Amino acid sequence: MRFSEEWLRSMVSTPLDAAALAHALTMAGLEVEDMAPLPCAFEGVTVGLIVAAVPHPDADRLRVCSVDVGGGALHSIVCGAPNASVGLKVPLAGVGARLPGDAGAVVEVRRATIRGVASEGMLCSARELGLADDQAGLLVLADDAVPGADVREVLGLNDNIFTIKLPPNRADCLSVLGVAREVAAIGGASVLLGAAPPIAPMTPETFPVVISATPACGRFTSRVIRGVDAAAATPSWMKRRLGAAGQRSISALVDITNYVMLERGRPLHVYDLDKLTGAIDVRFGKAGETVKLLNEQQVELTDDILVIADASGPIGLAGIMGGDSTKTEVTTTNVLLESAFFQPEAIVGRARRLGFASDASHRFERGVDFDNNVDGIERATELVMSICGGQPGAVADVVAALPRRQAVTMRADRARRLIGVPISDEAMADILARLGLRASVGAGEGGTRFSVVPPSFRFDIAIEEDLIEEIARLYGFDRIPALPPVARSSMTLAPESQRSLHAIRDRLADLDYHEVVNYSFVDRDWETGPAGNPAPILLRNPIASHMAVMRSSLLAGLCANVVYNLNRRQDRVRVFEIGRVFLKDPLGLGAADAVAGLRQPVRVAAAACGTSDSEQWGTPRRVADFFDAKGDVEALLAPTVARFESHPHPALHPGRSARVLLGDKIIGWVGELHPRWQQWFELPVPVQLFELDAEPVQARTIPAYHEVPRFPAVRRDLAVLVDEKIACGELLMALKTALPTVVEAVEVFDLYRGKGVVEGKKSLAFRMLLQDTQKTLTDADVDEVIVSAVSILHLQFGATLRQ
Amino acid sequence: MTDLDAVVAAAETAFEQAAEPAALEQAKAAFLGKAGTLTEALKGLGKLEPDQRRAEGARINAAKDRIEAALRARREGLAAATLDAKLHEESLDVTLPGRRRGSGSVHPVMRTWRRVEEIFRSIGFEVADGPEIETDWYNFTALNNPLNHPARSMQDTFYVEGEDAHGLPLLLRTHTSPMQVRYARTHQPPIRVIAPGRTYRVDSDATHSPMFHQVEGLWIDDGISFADLKGVYTQFLHRFFETDQLRVRFRPSFFPFTEPSAEIDMMFDSGPLRGRWLEISGSGQVHPSVMRNFGLDPEVHTGFAFGSGLDRLTMLRYGIDDLRPFFEGDLRFLRQFA
Repeated sequence: MRFSEEWLRSMVSTPLDAAALAHALTMAGLEVEDMAPLPCAFEGVTVGLIVAAVPHPDADRLRVCSVDVGGGALHSIVCGAPNASVGLKVPLAGVGARLPGDAGAVVEVRRATIRGVASEGMLCSARELGLADDQAGLLVLADDAVPGADVREVLGLNDNIFTIKLPPNRADCLSVLGVAREVAAIGGASVLLGAAPPIAPMTPETFPVVISATPACGRFTSRVIRGVDAAAATPSWMKRRLGAAGQRSISALVDITNYVMLERGRPLHVYDLDKLTGAIDVRFGKAGETVKLLNEQQVELTDDILVIADASGPIGLAGIMGGDSTKTEVTTTNVLLESAFFQPEAIVGRARRLGFASDASHRFERGVDFDNNVDGIERATELVMSICGGQPGAVADVVAALPRRQAVTMRADRARRLIGVPISDEAMADILARLGLRASVGAGEGGTRFSVVPPSFRFDIAIEEDLIEEIARLYGFDRIPALPPVARSSMTLAPESQRSLHAIRDRLADLDYHEVVNYSFVDRDWETGPAGNPAPILLRNPIASHMAVMRSSLLAGLCANVVYNLNRRQDRVRVFEIGRVFLKDPLGLGAADAVAGLRQPVRVAAAACGTSDSEQWGTPRRVADFFDAKGDVEALLAPTVARFESHPHPALHPGRSARVLLGDKIIGWVGELHPRWQQWFELPVPVQLFELDAEPVQARTIPAYHEVPRFPAVRRDLAVLVDEKIACGELLMALKTALPTVVEAVEVFDLYRGKGVVEGKKSLAFRMLLQDTQKTLTDADVDEVIVSAVSILHLQFGATLRQ
Repeated sequence: MTDLDAVVAAAETAFEQAAEPAALEQAKAAFLGKAGTLTEALKGLGKLEPDQRRAEGARINAAKDRIEAALRARREGLAAATLDAKLHEESLDVTLPGRRRGSGSVHPVMRTWRRVEEIFRSIGFEVADGPEIETDWYNFTALNNPLNHPARSMQDTFYVEGEDAHGLPLLLRTHTSPMQVRYARTHQPPIRVIAPGRTYRVDSDATHSPMFHQVEGLWIDDGISFADLKGVYTQFLHRFFETDQLRVRFRPSFFPFTEPSAEIDMMFDSGPLRGRWLEISGSGQVHPSVMRNFGLDPEVHTGFAFGSGLDRLTMLRYGIDDLRPFFEGDLRFLRQFA
């Protein structure tokens, strides 16, 4: 909502200056987004009093004027205007003043010599000041104008434009009158703008109107005006106010309807009466019907779009936009004015569905005063007659069904309880009165009760809280104290068996990874490609094709982060993300609090490329490989120990990919990016990746104490030869499960291939830690275990002891 | 009679001249060894008269003590020199960088997320989290924002394939407010909860990202008022920015799920952003329809809710003037938050 300060002040008197007014409106809930001076086409023009005017010695049509410019100084100005005469006060553009030139240019006035006579500036017409299009001589200023005063001041052009961001429930403020009502309520003043004076009809003529769609159309008020001059010019004062409100001037008739809408919140439409056939019918559209609108758009109708129709069919969309076939043109002489009420429910969403918005639909969707239809017609008639002339017919006011307003009751005690301030009953009554909400006061359970029937222009008062909000708003949010919270306290702490995601973040940052946040919507190719998801969840309205589907994995996004950073000369990139992924789960009914058919688990994932450690003088340079990533997973899970099984994953190198298990549950994957995707992402180096479900990573066991052993531990090494293709993990698992409990730990400390080992075999060396809690182990005890270990490895894997 | 002083002097000289332990032991043999000067002298005592022998013996022993002392001193001197040499050899250039693993960083928005959690936990708030693909009911209808309501156009919603039980398309939550509903329907008052998380809107420019972060707050109990909202949120801002040098104002606004509703603005009294009102949060008293959708009786329970932008809080806290770096994954940006 935009309007000029001058227009607002013409409707309400307030002692507040512009800045204070803006603040007051903002603090009352009408946020003033912007307040800027009205752009003015001229500068430095002052009031001049013509004290003498003599004919130019060398030119018949020019006169040399002596002009009082204030402070007793006289300037000599050569002037050609026919009305330049002694005693007039006119605008004087002295040397240095700026005037509008052609096509937006600015012209600076200079000292000139005209036919041999010097002129210190020029006297101006309204056209020369850019205020009007007529060229009827000098602009005559009011008699009380003081010579030397700024003409902008004198003409009231030192104006501000207010731009208000209205909340969607305050459609009543979509007019200057509505804002004036608020200003009056804030300051306790009264609104100066009254009802438009009724214009007596010159003929009894009316146009037939039928309302078929009730209650969608509640009221249709109309008036015929014959003999108008549609080509008449819109007066400059109206153009100025419309322009300040952001409305382009179109034609006098259309400007008048816009003016009344902005002035009183009363949308109107004007038809060319001679283009109407039969009677007007307000009804719903029918499938197959079309209508061409004023914006030239051809619209196909459906049965939930309310239309204005005549014998020719639909001629406009009710409450949204008029039609092309019945619009007024410069040749129009007879018009019909429409001032209707449509239910918000019958209008809302339709314009948006058709792909546009209009001032009318914006208002009708939110609610338009259903009691000012006649007032709007009268005001428009007054303006039409004064600008375009014409003979008005009678006002035809067809009322079908108007909103029934129920009284809303507010309990004073509840208002105090919700707001938290002991506002007195009297103060509440005063606030309601200032807002024009006439309340009947009663008493009941819970103290005083105010009963309010909402006025026809308010569509946001239906329940008690709506009134409490009005009380709080006008009492002033600023005056409500900020109370320190008082509450029954209870101790809250996350369970010890669970780490927070923030703890996981810290752990990963300690492991030298940087956290990123990637979009949850990704390129479809990322899903069908690396994520191996042929049917990702599609966005119905993506903003870009590379954000078209929901991700089911964090890995591709991390690969893109690696690419981004490598392209910026960062050759060692280690990034992680914690976020949700989105999976279809057609059979899953979902928990009570989940969305059926979907799973949205949180994942933890990371990507690393470049050297294993940041390059350093004291550490050999080594490129990070699978085991660095695996080590990071192990460190992240520690002290929980996971199992890793060789298993393919669509994103990963088939020979360098493992799934991570806790017990029998797969919790994620670790591996090297598949060379195919490496090439696809145009990555010059391999990338190590892992992705885990967050929940099992967050779980941690609560330590269970066992006695610290009092007897010495024994360490024994064992090296075996085994077939190359047998996984080390299987040997480890076999040893851990089959050996007696005195074997406290088994570690792999060496892997060797090459000289001394037969081709196709590898040597694996295990270090075993043996510990008995009850006694010191003897050599015989230890030997027995070692023999048993060798036998297990031989029987299960054909391993032989390496000599 | 042996000139014992001369012998001692000779020994001291010899020891001094020994540059290393082996030479010192050799030098020692010349005086204290089996054929050493003093040993020979002691051997000669037997030939002397008892009186003379006692005196001469004492004299020789005194000389021997002096030589042994010189020997010990020299041994220690040599050992110290050896150690010095060794230590010198072992010395390092301590200015070379230490060997350590690099350290990564936590994303600045997550840093804020955590601090917000900690601040609210400190006064007894729980933290809740929930789905990002939501149903129409939780995101809109339960929050008093029915289909076709003009307020819905305030939020441009991303829709995804799939429908809820009412045949309405699933959507990406446009705010964290659905978590109010989810949490309140499964807990009994007093309810104190915040729900930080990712949110989505069809919007993309320098100040809007199609994905962003919010934190929702909800406090419901018997008689929680607008004044309590002002108290809690004002204190939160003071703690979050670690200063009391900021002003907070509550300005009437409209949200379908609260009434009265307030936009919260803040203004720093110092720093580069001083003197400007900055929008920081939407808030208000929970609307009675929403309270009923929680399964609670608005006559008994009242409360407030707020929703703030975590990205915006982060930008104001660390002086970041652009939203885009949050989602670009640029290490040069992220390292600053190590």
